[in-house]
Amino acid sequence: MRQKALVHLVRQDCGSCHGMTLKGGLGPALLPETLRDKPAEGLTATVYYGRPGTPMPPWKAFMSEAEAAWIVDKLMTQFPE
Amino acid sequence: MRLLLSLVFALLLNACAGPQLRGTGDLGLIIERASGHVTLVNTTARQPYARIGGLGDLSHASAVYSRDGRYAFIFGRDGGLTKIDLLEAKIVKRIIQSGNAIGGSISQDGRIVVAQNYTPGGIKAFDADTLELLSEVPAEFAPGQFSKVVGLADTGGNRFAYALFDGGEIRVTNFSDPRKPTTQKFPAGSQPYDGLVTPDGRYFLAGLFGEDGVALLDLWQPKTGARKILENYGRGQEKLPVFKMPHLRGWSVAQGKAYLPAIGRHEVLVVDVATWKEVGRIPVRGQPVFVMARPDGRQIWVNFAFPDNAKVDVIDTLAGQVVHRMEPGKGILHMEFAPRGEHVWLSARDDNKVLIYNTENFAKLGEIPAESPSGIFFTSRATRIGF
Ligand code: HEC
Repeated sequence: MRQKALVHLVRQDCGSCHGMTLKGGLGPALLPETLRDKPAEGLTATVYYGRPGTPMPPWKAFMSEAEAAWIVDKLMTQFPE
Repeated sequence: MRLLLSLVFALLLNACAGPQLRGTGDLGLIIERASGHVTLVNTTARQPYARIGGLGDLSHASAVYSRDGRYAFIFGRDGGLTKIDLLEAKIVKRIIQSGNAIGGSISQDGRIVVAQNYTPGGIKAFDADTLELLSEVPAEFAPGQFSKVVGLADTGGNRFAYALFDGGEIRVTNFSDPRKPTTQKFPAGSQPYDGLVTPDGRYFLAGLFGEDGVALLDLWQPKTGARKILENYGRGQEKLPVFKMPHLRGWSVAQGKAYLPAIGRHEVLVVDVATWKEVGRIPVRGQPVFVMARPDGRQIWVNFAFPDNAKVDVIDTLAGQVVHRMEPGKGILHMEFAPRGEHVWLSARDDNKVLIYNTENFAKLGEIPAESPSGIFFTSRATRIGF
């Protein structure tokens, strides 16, 4: 149930910057090919804490760090529809 | 005479057998972002009359209209540009013009449609009749570096103003010779995220994300360059996180004042358009996304970024404050007024419907089913500068 909510969050609300299909928008593409070479911990920190000085906001008020790690793991492999 | 009569008869027969006649002034469309559909609607009947599929990725899609209101040009996220005939309710032409697009605009004379692109960053001009590519202007801001383009708006004389998110510039490209466009460049500030042109076509405003303030260019006197207004609106205060970028298009100039979304603050900024000085701030219930004036300028409707996107606040411009707060549905993404403002249509993405409200008494008048609806665009945009 929570996973379904996270998938919806990523597709719809991350999608406003990264594209609903995650191919990128104002923010970069979040596809396995573009994330492959980046360390997962760093990406998890980006999702959880945001990236100051860029439009990437922190999501820590809406998810746990473990949930951010789950999202990154799915983004790096295959993100559910 | 006989010939004439039979001609009249044939015409009559044709009219009976043909599709129901519609005036384009009544029409509009709803983008259904998840499924690549648009639903065509009649704003007097407040009912859908057709649905068209096959438009690709429509997240963040927007539409502009031909001058006669008959054709809509829909810019999809995936770079698709689709021309729709609202009378025949069908796709006339569809092309994929780039890899990643963010919207577009149509020229004053209605003959050129311009798309703004994220990748490859730049703008492209198309013939409005055929969608043939006329020219492209890459948003190169340093050797080999291309910027995402935001805020594209039509201005007089087939010129288009826009901003470069990564390049920190405002640009004005003149398509009076559509195959040989010329471009002027103006330094604007850090990370412009969207832009608008005032209803008279005179000023282009670009909201800045990387610093406080808004860049302003007088298009009647571009030589004076872009200057910054509202520089101090967030000074010294820590910004709140922004979970969705505000939209400036659908601007709100009402009663000599412009109403703009603050960024990183839960406020609507009020600016005197004669002096471009801040004259007020109105607290609202979230990060504003659209701040839209009812056509008569008496009300400003505001929707919000995640996590407040179930809410809508209505500002009365005479009272200078929020006079109505509502939670009409889940994921309110966009609002569109009936041409003269008696009704407003709200898309509730997560409820899969569009809601219609009376703007005088806020009574709900009806709803229309739609799959993940986002943008709503009525043909009344056809005659407005900057829409
Ligand atoms: C308001 C716009 C916005 C929203 C909403 C947003 N992002 Fe971002 N995101 C960005 C931008 C811009 C960057 C690039 C930052 C930079 O320049 O380093 C970014 C970077 C990232 C990165 C790093 C990518 C890389 O290649 O290094 C990840 C991962 C990411 N975002 C995930 C998410 C997730 C997950 C969500 C939703 C929970 C989200 N973003 C929502 C704008 C946004």
